[in-house]
Amino acid sequence: MNTKKRVVMDADKIERSIMRISYEILEDHKGVTDLIFIGIRSGGILLAKRLSERISRIEGKAIPTGILDINLYRDDVMMAGGKRKLGETHIPCCLDNKKVILVDDVIFTGRTIRAAMDALMDFGRPKIIRLAVLIDRGHRELPIRPDYVGENLPSSLWEEVNVTLTEAKAHEEVVVIEN
Amino acid sequence: MKLVRKDVLGIADFSVEEINLVLDIAGSFKEISQRPIKKVPTLRGSTVINLFYEPSTRTRTSFEIAAKRLSADAINISASTSSVVKGETLMDTAKTLESMNPDIIVMRHACAGAPHILAKLLKQSIINAGDGAHEHPTQALLDMLTIRDKMGYIRGLAVTIVGDIAHSRVARSNIYGLAKMGAKVTVCGPAMLLPYGIGRMGVRVETNMRKALERADVIMMLRMQFERQNKATFPSLREYASQYCLNADNIRLAKEDVLVMHPGPINRGIEIAPDIADGPHSAILEQVSNGVAVRMALLYLLAGGQ
Repeated sequence: MNTKKRVVMDADKIERSIMRISYEILEDHKGVTDLIFIGIRSGGILLAKRLSERISRIEGKAIPTGILDINLYRDDVMMAGGKRKLGETHIPCCLDNKKVILVDDVIFTGRTIRAAMDALMDFGRPKIIRLAVLIDRGHRELPIRPDYVGENLPSSLWEEVNVTLTEAKAHEEVVVIEN
Repeated sequence: MKLVRKDVLGIADFSVEEINLVLDIAGSFKEISQRPIKKVPTLRGSTVINLFYEPSTRTRTSFEIAAKRLSADAINISASTSSVVKGETLMDTAKTLESMNPDIIVMRHACAGAPHILAKLLKQSIINAGDGAHEHPTQALLDMLTIRDKMGYIRGLAVTIVGDIAHSRVARSNIYGLAKMGAKVTVCGPAMLLPYGIGRMGVRVETNMRKALERADVIMMLRMQFERQNKATFPSLREYASQYCLNADNIRLAKEDVLVMHPGPINRGIEIAPDIADGPHSAILEQVSNGVAVRMALLYLLAGGQ
């Protein structure tokens, strides 16, 4: 099959997006009180960590960061076609009255976020939930909209959007693959 | 990876990959039992029937909790309070239950092979929760999860299983599983309770407990199964305890960081001294917690999860 790869964000651009989103979050929430970052497994984990570290550095205060696996809350969990293996969820504290920043790398149909919100509610009653993503590629199937977006990337359904973030910050990029 | 099988009848026909898959998934399920709201919606609308022809507290409760934490409906049937006492056969009970369209039937029976008959007869998934002295696969899986969690790995560990090997389905399932995972298993007990030919399962056989405990990484103590013994297999309980009770003295023969396990229920002072059962080496209560996670993993995987 003919596949074409197109780089839409390089490391610098990703870094600048993360920086801008960090300041937006700080401004909207007037500081970091009660803030908690939850990354959706697996694409959101590093991004959540990156955002929380960036804001911690600006404010000089550590911000709790968690990991959420949404597989058990999916609406297609028992249907064929899924390829994700169940992973661990780690929420560092009760979410009662917390300001939760839910983080994922790409938002597409919105179904993952629906599942994530259901999952979050089982850990308490957050004061608010906000959604931060690096890429919004459109094609929503549910009435869900991200609050912080790195890049709006209109895409075709047959395209694949891949975000590569690494712990070592090497070869980071966002690519669109045309199938 | 998906678990490509309809039933879980024994560890004998499990592959290493399947065992690892169940243990990995179970590891992810442990966290759910620590949450304030211990429930996920995954198996909403599924029905699990616990069909128990033998008394059980921990296994039945564990399966029931596992099903309920996954939002499945769990129904318990015990033989003593069902139409079995009115003379209904196993086949008829099975067919009756099948007509109510459950998704998974968990079954315990005093006869080896009973769940296998059900598995052939019914379209539902069958999980063996213990059949006679044959297999108890979920116990072996939870034991392996406990060992892996506490020791970090299974391959190469010296595991000593002590007690009533002859009547123990727990021992058989563990021997199958631990051998597949690369552990070195020793079985130990009075000669009368070591079945003929057990060595062919790939284990070292030892009647002297002190020798069996030497350099052990893991010690699994088993309960004397009086309900399955129809003749005197040893002179007295006191004599058995004097030779085969795990206590503060003989545990010193094992490795310093030895892990002590027991599938329960415990007969304190017979196969294990109370200070050992409650001591720092004991993982007995963790086994129980891990049992819920392993059973959640199996229900999830049999229903098609991954």
